[in-house]
Amino acid sequence: MRYIPNSPAEQADLLREVGVASVDDLFATVPREVFRKSPPPLAPPMSEVELRRDLGALAAKNAAATCYASFLGAGLYPHHSPAFVSQLLLRGEFLTSYTPYQPEVSQGTLTAIWEFQSHVALLTGLDVANASMYEGASALVEAFLMAERLTKKRTRVVVSKTVHPEYLATLRTYLAYLGLEIVEVPAGSDGVTNPAALAAAVDDETIAVAVQSPNVFGLVEDWSVAAEAAHAKGALAIGVVNEMFSLALLKPPGEAGIDIACGEAASFGLPASFGGPLVGFLACRDGFKRQIPGRLAGRLETPDGPVFALTLSTREQHIRREKATSNICTNQGLFALAATMTLTALGKHGLRETALLCLSKSEYLKAGIGKLGTGKFAVAFPGATFNEFALRCGPPVEEVLSALEKAQILGGVPFTRLAPGSGEHEDLLLVATTERNRREDLDRYLDVLKGF
Amino acid sequence: MSSYPDDRLYSESHEWIRVEGDTATIGITDHAQKELGDVVFVELPDLGEIFDEGQEFGTIESVKAVSELFLPVAGEIVEVNKGLVDEPNAVNEDPHGDGWLVKVKVTSDDALNGLMNAAAYEKFVEEEAKA
Amino acid sequence: MSDHGHLASPAPDASRLDRRRGSSSIFDASRPGRRGVLLPPLDVPGADPEALFGALHRTEVAGEVEASEVDAIRHFTRLSQKNMSIDANLYPLGSCTMKHNPRINEEIARLAGFAEVHPYTPGHLSQGALELIARLEAALIALTGFARITFQPSAGANGELAGCLMIRAAHVKAGAPRKYVLVPDSAHGTNPASAHFAGYEVKELPSTPRGTLDPADLEKKMTDEVAAVMITVPNTLGVFEENILEVTRIVHAKGGYVYLDGANFNAFVGKIRPADMGVDVMHMNLHKTFSTPHGGGGPGAGPVGVGAALVPFLPVPTVEPEGTGFRLDFDHPDSIGRMRTFYGNFGVLVRALTYILSYGQEIGEVAENAVLNANYLRKKLAPFYHLKYDAPSYHEVVFDDKLQAARGVHNIDVAKRLMDYGFHPPTMSFPLIVPGALMIEPTESEPIEELDAFADAMIAIAREAEESPELVTSAPHVTPVGRIDEALLAREASKAGSFAPVLRAPVRRS
Ligand SMILES: Cc1ncc(COP(=O)(O)O)c(C=O)c1O
Repeated sequence: MRYIPNSPAEQADLLREVGVASVDDLFATVPREVFRKSPPPLAPPMSEVELRRDLGALAAKNAAATCYASFLGAGLYPHHSPAFVSQLLLRGEFLTSYTPYQPEVSQGTLTAIWEFQSHVALLTGLDVANASMYEGASALVEAFLMAERLTKKRTRVVVSKTVHPEYLATLRTYLAYLGLEIVEVPAGSDGVTNPAALAAAVDDETIAVAVQSPNVFGLVEDWSVAAEAAHAKGALAIGVVNEMFSLALLKPPGEAGIDIACGEAASFGLPASFGGPLVGFLACRDGFKRQIPGRLAGRLETPDGPVFALTLSTREQHIRREKATSNICTNQGLFALAATMTLTALGKHGLRETALLCLSKSEYLKAGIGKLGTGKFAVAFPGATFNEFALRCGPPVEEVLSALEKAQILGGVPFTRLAPGSGEHEDLLLVATTERNRREDLDRYLDVLKGF
Repeated sequence: MSSYPDDRLYSESHEWIRVEGDTATIGITDHAQKELGDVVFVELPDLGEIFDEGQEFGTIESVKAVSELFLPVAGEIVEVNKGLVDEPNAVNEDPHGDGWLVKVKVTSDDALNGLMNAAAYEKFVEEEAKA
Repeated sequence: MSDHGHLASPAPDASRLDRRRGSSSIFDASRPGRRGVLLPPLDVPGADPEALFGALHRTEVAGEVEASEVDAIRHFTRLSQKNMSIDANLYPLGSCTMKHNPRINEEIARLAGFAEVHPYTPGHLSQGALELIARLEAALIALTGFARITFQPSAGANGELAGCLMIRAAHVKAGAPRKYVLVPDSAHGTNPASAHFAGYEVKELPSTPRGTLDPADLEKKMTDEVAAVMITVPNTLGVFEENILEVTRIVHAKGGYVYLDGANFNAFVGKIRPADMGVDVMHMNLHKTFSTPHGGGGPGAGPVGVGAALVPFLPVPTVEPEGTGFRLDFDHPDSIGRMRTFYGNFGVLVRALTYILSYGQEIGEVAENAVLNANYLRKKLAPFYHLKYDAPSYHEVVFDDKLQAARGVHNIDVAKRLMDYGFHPPTMSFPLIVPGALMIEPTESEPIEELDAFADAMIAIAREAEESPELVTSAPHVTPVGRIDEALLAREASKAGSFAPVLRAPVRRS
């Protein structure tokens, strides 16, 4: 019964109208040997009272970041979201509508998608952004596949190892059977992509070169390194961003020669939600837009004002099938809307000020670590960072984390968690700060470290 | 009354070709443009590209469909209709005139024998509609 | 303001007022100096980005919006009012399964213990999240009969890709990847696209006049070069593959795998376990069968179930029991790897489990009523709309515009006219084997009177198509905007600079 409005009597009326004796007659073309007469082995239906109790108990077994001072980032940075955002997201007109294929009855969603695209274009300094990708790692894959079509018949992709390891792992999965080779360029000892090593890895077979900034160690990379290395051989340059607030303070990829920017835009107020749903993005130069994956909302000025509709759709799977630019269909619509709402409320000034808060707190913590004087901890790399840095731990990382946990602090992400089994950087802890961290939290963090 | 000009030949994939000396102009027929609907984009080859007879040389798109374009003769592209970049709807408005697509230097005109004249093409379109 | 003059007149044109006030973007309405959030104070020394970043410092994001909270709320609320939604009306978009989205699901997913948990929270502090995934896996195994389920894929199409990659990995392990994937001509566009991105060449299988697969034809095409056949049950015509057991037998006999596109699982959930039909791998769109909201285009989740043969190739990580709890397991040497960051669209998983628990063992009623409602609409509309394939319908029925086209009225016109009657149009973009398709899927969550109102509207439009076709071809008439010239937009969008977030001069049809 739960969400089926028709009463049993009404269902019987419908059966009569349809002209069958029982509901099972509607399934007459199902081979009898697979048609099940008995109900599936599940529990009886649960009421809302029971659901709240049962699933509430599960939720209570998790450490909500709200109960701890959290320094977890490493690709997902939960920032504040204005209270109205989660409330407006519950409006049925947004929540319970489909992809806006019928623009006359979807101007709301379409306008918002166009705004999302515009925010992404402005932030990245590029011309065209799509309506969203699943999340950051698959967005990077799509960027490479797009570059492959644009460069035609080249066979190799080059990616810096300072890109998030889960992005690299995802890339390996998708490219495994497409006949494209992946060249991973190791980071220099300073934790940043080495320009000479990167340039040396690029040749006439190179499709594109990808770097990330801030990179997996939180270090700021210079986009022009990738752009120069790529363009010297006629390849494209891809810039990965997974902390979008950094773009309020750092030169955007599009202004530094990057051709395609992609990554994760969850920073704009999305709940962490154990890692999904998030919102990937992809933006590119105007000349590449016919190869962009996924949906695109366009804007048409009419005498009655602007109207919006999905456009350039012949790129997509529902029209071009196996020749489509991507197989993506359902994307992250509602969370692109959430990011758009957050960005609207933050605005130009709020963006910059939030970024400055993140940066200042991170700098404060780094300075504090520099002054510990115990010789047990150090900021691992000297380069500039935004809101995350790698902490080199003398004591085992797990011990450091448990000590912090006792002080109600989720102290960071062990590097080994990003690439399980790789054995790399076992002494590194990635520590991220946002506007949500207070000075008391930072001081408490430092006090715990001092205790080692 | 034929809607198809007599000064050219027609292919079963609905392209027309008008040969003058060793160059030929190619477009899609009025029937093809009607089937496709409002043309929104035409992707044409680069100058100097060489194609075999029957090879795909570009695509033409409406809002909800994409059609491949096939070259009725073997040849080298010597001119493309640049006007279509900004005014792709010329293909709808004047498919047999301003809406032409490419000009090629014909390298082999063997295939011309297999093409239809206006009357035969018109009949072909009628038959196709019945099928 | 001149608007006040209109208020005196008997009936201000509400739709025009609305049109003027709502449709422009927030970028057009931005006002210098406005701000929408108050940030916490800077309680540490302020860092100097200029000094830290030097030449890489950016001083502003030029063109970004400036708006107050009131501006933002008004803007987005007005935008919402321009959307149709399931909450307000029947939304019979075939294949998309626009069923009711229960609000308890939203409430549970928003509990801080789910929504505020970072994916890198240490295992001992995220046991509830891992247990949730394990419980959903057990529930889906109960409903499908598969050996394991992966939750990595972000949506249906992503599940298809994961499935094709697993199939490929299994063939590679057995010696050779094989070359082709067979896909029926009625399939959704994502099927051939996904097979392509797994490195396969796609070959099409023609449908019989009944709209189903032809086992004899399949027998011929199923060679040992074919890696898999991707089928949809019921297919996109709403027709059940009667010969499914024959089909799976033929494919297995040649060492191929059967991929089932589970987008239509809502037609048989609780009634048939796909593994019992010989299916080797199948994705489920949790945003269809399991009621998680489509949100104007996403998010979804596309968990994939596999039989024992494909288990070694599942993406990582999996969730495994450990002692009295659970852990993430990356140790699968034959795994295809990751499909994305973290562990899938967890928030969608929470909603889906909530939904499954709320039906429990009675979930078969979902399929029964989905099929019943679709058949009721079929019965009512069959005298008025052409049905190219008249085999029994399951959860959806695919009419076409053949009868109306004689009067110059096409499926798109019927669709736009439906909007005037307050209904969202059916799906028209596929199946490609039905020209002028009107694919109608009411779902189980529509009451009888809404079904009747929809049927009445469709019947009235059929009559209008006879009597005053121009009324239909010029529709919609009462929506926030009139029919949008998508061809003109596509041409404009093709030009350089067309996506810049700035106001431009109106474009008129040439
Ligand atoms: C039959 C069918 N297959 C596959 C898909 C793709 O699923 P998704 O949109 O979740 O990627 C859809 C829905 O869009 C569908 O209707």
